[in-house]
Amino acid sequence: MKMTKLSALAMTTALIAPAAFAEDMANEMTLVSWGGAYQSSQHKAYVEPYVAANEGVKAVWDESSAEAVAKLRAMNEAGNVTWDLVDVVASDAMRLCDEGLAEEINHDEDLAAAPDGTSASEDFGDLLVSDCFVPQIVYSTTFGYRTDLVGAEAPTSVCDIFDLAKFPGKRSLQKRPIDNMEWALYCDGVAKDDIYDVLGTDEGVSQALAKLDSIKDSVVWWSAGAETPQLLADGEVVMGSTYNGRLFSAIAEQNQPIGMLWDMQSFDLDGWIVPAGLPADRKARAMDFLKFATDTQRLADQAAYISYGPARASSAPLVGKHAELGIEMAPHMPTDPANAGNVHTYDYEWWADNRDDLDAKFQAWLVK
Amino acid sequence: MSDTTQNGPVLAADGTPLKRSLAKALRMQKMRALMLIAPLLLFILVTFILPVGDMLFRSVDNRIVQNVLPNTVIALESWDPASTEIPGEAVFAALAVDMKAAAEIKVHTKVAKRLNYENPGLASIFRKSGRKIRKWDVENEGPYKERLIELNDGWADIELWRTIKTYSGRRTMGYFLNAVDMKLGAEGVTVRPENERIYNTMLIRTMRMSLIITFSCILLGYPVAWLLANLPTRTANMLMILVLLPFWTSLLVRTSSWKILLQQQGVINDVLVWIGIVGDDNRLVLINNELGTIIAMTHILLPFMILPMYSVMQTIQPTYLRAAKSLGATNWTAFWRVYFPQSVPGIGAGSILVFILAVGYYITPALVGGTKGTFISNLIAYHISTSGNWGLGAALGAILLAVVLLLYWVYDKIVGIDNVKLG
Amino acid sequence: MSALPPYATTGQRVWYYSFRVICGLIFFFLIAPIVVIIPLSFNAQDFFTFTPEMLRLDPEGFSLKHYRDFFSNDSWQSSMWNSLKIAPMATIVSVTFGTLAAIGLSQPHVPFRRAIMAILISPMIVPLIISAAGMYFFYSRIGLQGTYFGVVLAHAALGIPFVIITVTATLVGFDRSLTRAAANMGADPVTTFFRIQMPLILPGVISGGLFAFITSFDEVVVVLFVGSAGQKTLPWQMFIGLREQISPTILAVATILVAISIMLLATVEMLRRRSERLRGMSPS
Repeated sequence: MKMTKLSALAMTTALIAPAAFAEDMANEMTLVSWGGAYQSSQHKAYVEPYVAANEGVKAVWDESSAEAVAKLRAMNEAGNVTWDLVDVVASDAMRLCDEGLAEEINHDEDLAAAPDGTSASEDFGDLLVSDCFVPQIVYSTTFGYRTDLVGAEAPTSVCDIFDLAKFPGKRSLQKRPIDNMEWALYCDGVAKDDIYDVLGTDEGVSQALAKLDSIKDSVVWWSAGAETPQLLADGEVVMGSTYNGRLFSAIAEQNQPIGMLWDMQSFDLDGWIVPAGLPADRKARAMDFLKFATDTQRLADQAAYISYGPARASSAPLVGKHAELGIEMAPHMPTDPANAGNVHTYDYEWWADNRDDLDAKFQAWLVK
Repeated sequence: MSDTTQNGPVLAADGTPLKRSLAKALRMQKMRALMLIAPLLLFILVTFILPVGDMLFRSVDNRIVQNVLPNTVIALESWDPASTEIPGEAVFAALAVDMKAAAEIKVHTKVAKRLNYENPGLASIFRKSGRKIRKWDVENEGPYKERLIELNDGWADIELWRTIKTYSGRRTMGYFLNAVDMKLGAEGVTVRPENERIYNTMLIRTMRMSLIITFSCILLGYPVAWLLANLPTRTANMLMILVLLPFWTSLLVRTSSWKILLQQQGVINDVLVWIGIVGDDNRLVLINNELGTIIAMTHILLPFMILPMYSVMQTIQPTYLRAAKSLGATNWTAFWRVYFPQSVPGIGAGSILVFILAVGYYITPALVGGTKGTFISNLIAYHISTSGNWGLGAALGAILLAVVLLLYWVYDKIVGIDNVKLG
Repeated sequence: MSALPPYATTGQRVWYYSFRVICGLIFFFLIAPIVVIIPLSFNAQDFFTFTPEMLRLDPEGFSLKHYRDFFSNDSWQSSMWNSLKIAPMATIVSVTFGTLAAIGLSQPHVPFRRAIMAILISPMIVPLIISAAGMYFFYSRIGLQGTYFGVVLAHAALGIPFVIITVTATLVGFDRSLTRAAANMGADPVTTFFRIQMPLILPGVISGGLFAFITSFDEVVVVLFVGSAGQKTLPWQMFIGLREQISPTILAVATILVAISIMLLATVEMLRRRSERLRGMSPS
C-alpha cells in the first residue's frame, strides 16, 4: 500500500513538474527510432502518457535510426539539427559521443532516480557505456526459424545457420559485419574468447568471410528489423536473424509458426542520445521527455509491449504481463536464464574502433 | 517603337536607319525572351544546379587534413616519404599539439575517418590516442615521439606517415581513384587489393543490366509500337491508354506490385504451382536477385520505349511497304529492308531514354534487387546515408553523371531535346 | 495491318493472329501488375495472395478493412495530408516559372537556346540519387533541409522539365499572326497574352501541371533526403512499409493511387485532343 502511494506520488510529481516549465520548451519534438513493433512500444509506453500529461506537445517519429550516424554528421556540418532525441545502439552512441555529435549527459542530474531513491547512475549500473548514452533496453540479435519448413528436426545451434545440408533453404542475415563475423568465426572453430583477437587480423577477417561465403548464395540480407519476421511469415526464408522482440511479436501477437533459436544470441543495448547543438527550447523539451521516458515505471511499461529487458535494475521487478495478450513476459526476455545458456558478448569498444574498416571490407565482399 | 530621329540613307517609318531599327527590334525580342526565361533559369540554378555542383565538389575536397592537423602538415613538409625512417621529434610535437586541440573539440575523429579511407586501420589509432592526448599538457611534456609510440605503436609505422603526407593537400584525387578501385600511395597510383575492388564491378554491372533492360524494352516495345501505329486511330487511342496507365502509375505502386507477384509465395509462383509447371517445394526464385530487378524495371521503363517508337512509326508511309511487296519482296524482306531502317530513329531515341533512366535507378533495385540486383546508385546512397563517406559517394556520383550527360548529349544530337514527347 | 485481306495465305493468317496474341501478351504484361493489386486490396485476410474464398467470389473473402485502416491510421493520414500540401504548391511554382520560360523559349530568336534548354531539362535527366544527395547537403547549409519549403522547392525543380516540354509542344503549333492581329487591333501585350495566347496554350499548361503534380506526388528519393519526419509523404510512408512491414494497407493505398492516376491520365488525354482540335491538327 505504502509502495503504491509512493509511486503514485513520484508519478504525479513527474507529471506536474514538466507542465510548470512548459513555457520555455518547444512544443514539437522529432523522435528518431527503428520503426515497426519496437517503435510502437515506445510510442505506447512513453509518448502517449507524456503527451497526455503535457497538453499541446506533439511528437513526430522518424524511422531513421539505421542511418542516424551519417545523418547526424550531415546535420552537424550544416548546423541544422532537425532531430531532438535519437534512439541508437550503444556502439553508435559511442561513435557519436566521440565525434562530439551527441550531448554529454549528467546521468544523476538529468535522469529520474529509482522510486527507492537509488541514483540513476547506480540504477543503470554497467549499462552506462558512454557519457552521452541513456540506455532503455537490453535486447539481443538472435535467430528465428519456420517450425513447419525446417524439417523434422529443429535447429539447436547457431552453427545450423551455416549447415545447408541439414537445413536447406534461404536464411536472412543483417547487412552489416557485426554479429555475422563473430558467428562465422565461432562456427569455424574459433573459441568464444578469442573471437575479437582473431577478427583483429586480416587473416581472421578472411576466415570469417570465407565461412560466410559458404552460405552466401542462400542469404537474403536485411537492413530493417521487421524484414526477417516478414520474410519468415511469407516463407521466403526458413531461418533468419533479427531482434528478439520482433520475433516475439511475430510469434505471440501474429501466431506465426516461428520458433526461437537463442544459441549465441548477441546482447546489445539500445537507448537515447540527445544531438549536440540543439536550441535551448528544444533541448529543454528533449531533456524533459528523456527524464520522463527513462524512469523506472516507463521502462517497465515498455516491456508490456515488447520482449526487451528494461535497462534499469529497478524496473525488472515491475515487468509483468503483456498489455494485450496477458502472457507473462519474463520467459520471453533475452536475459531469462533459460534463454541465456550460451550467449555472445558483443564488444562495443572493439566495434567502435574497427567498424569503418570492417564495413568497407564487408561491403566489398557483399558485392562480389 | 519610337526613338530619337537620326539622319541616314534608308530610314524606317519613325526615321531611324532601317538596319539599326531592325537590329534593335531583334535585340528587344531577344531581351524579352531572356527576361521571360530568366526567373526559371535562376530558380533551376539555385535549387538544382548549385546543389549538384556543390556535391560534386566534395569528391575532390580534402581541406579537413589541413584544418585539423595544421602544424603537422607544415612540419611534415621537410620529411621525405621515400626515406625509410619515420619523421623526427619536431613532427611528433606538432602532432601532439594538433591532436590535443582537435580532441578537445572532438574533430580528431573526422581526420581519422578521412585518412582511414586511404589506409584502413588509421582510424582506431587516432581515436584511441585522442582519448589520452586530450589530457596531456602539450607545452612541456616531451619528448613526444617516444610518448606517442608508447601510447600506440601505430605511430611508428612509416605507412601511416606516408599516408598523412600524401593526403595533406587541400584537393585530392583519392576519392576518384577509389571510385575506380585504385589508390594513391607514396609510390604512386596502384590498383587496390582484390578484396577491396568493388566499384568497377558495380559500374559494369549497372551498365550491363541497363543494357539488358533496354534490350528487353526494345523486344517488347517494338511489336506494340508497330501495332499502335498501324491500327485505326480510334482503336490505337484506346490501346494507348494501356501504355500510358503504367506511365502515370506511381513507381512505388508498380514496385510493390512486382514484389507481391514475384515472391516465392507470390502470385506468379502460385499460378505456376497450380498449373503444375513447378513443384510446390521447387518454387522459382524471381526476386531479390538480378532477375527481379530486370523484370520490374523492364515493366517500369517500357512506356518510355514505346512512346518515341510510336511517334516515329506513325510517320512511316504504309505505301512504301506495299510498293516493296508489289516489286516482289517477301513480307520479311519488305519489313527488314524497307520498314525497319525507317523505324531505327525511334529505336535509338527510345533506347537512349530508357538507358539514361535505367542507369540512375535507385528505388526499384533497392526493393527487389537483393544484393546481386543493385545498381551503382544504391552504393552512392549507401555512402551518403549509411557509411558517411561522402567524398566517395560524390566521386561515384560524378562518374555516373558523366555517363548520363554523355548519353544526354548523344540524345540531343540524334533526337533533339525539343522532341521529347510525353504521351 | 488494318485488316486481313481476303486473299491472305494460311501462313499470313497464322502470322497475323499470332502477332496479335504476342501483342496481347505484352499489353497484359504492361497492365496486369497494376490491375492485380486492386482485388488483392479488398482481401479479407492479411495476405498478399488470392485466398480460396476470393477465387470463389465469396463475399466473405472480401472486405474494406485495409481501406478503413488507411483512413483511420494516423501515420497514413498525416502522410497523405503532407503529400496534398506539398504537391499542389510545387505544381504552382513549376507551372508559373515553367510557362513563362516556355513562352520565352518559343520566341523566334533566343540566344543560347540549346544550352538553356539543356539546363532546364536537366532535373529530369540527372539520376535522382545525385540530385537528392546534392540538395540534401546544399539545402542543409542554407537551412532548407527538413522544411516544408525546402521539399516544395526541390519538387518544383523536378517538375519543371515536364512543364517546359508540354508547354513548348503546344506552342510549336501556335500561329503568331494571331498575336500580331491582336496587337494590330490595339490590344496591349498583357491583354494579348491572357485573351489570345493563354486560352490556346492552356491545355498544354494544364497537362504540364498534372505531370508536375504527379512527379511530386509520386516522388520518394528526393523527399527521403530533403524532407524530415514532419514532411513524410505518402510515397515515403509506402517506402518504409515496403522495406519493413508489408501491411496489406499498402495495397489499398496503391489502389487509391491507381484511381488518381487514371483520373489524371483521362484529363490529360482529353486536353491533348481538345488542343489538337483547337489548332486544327486533329489526326483523324
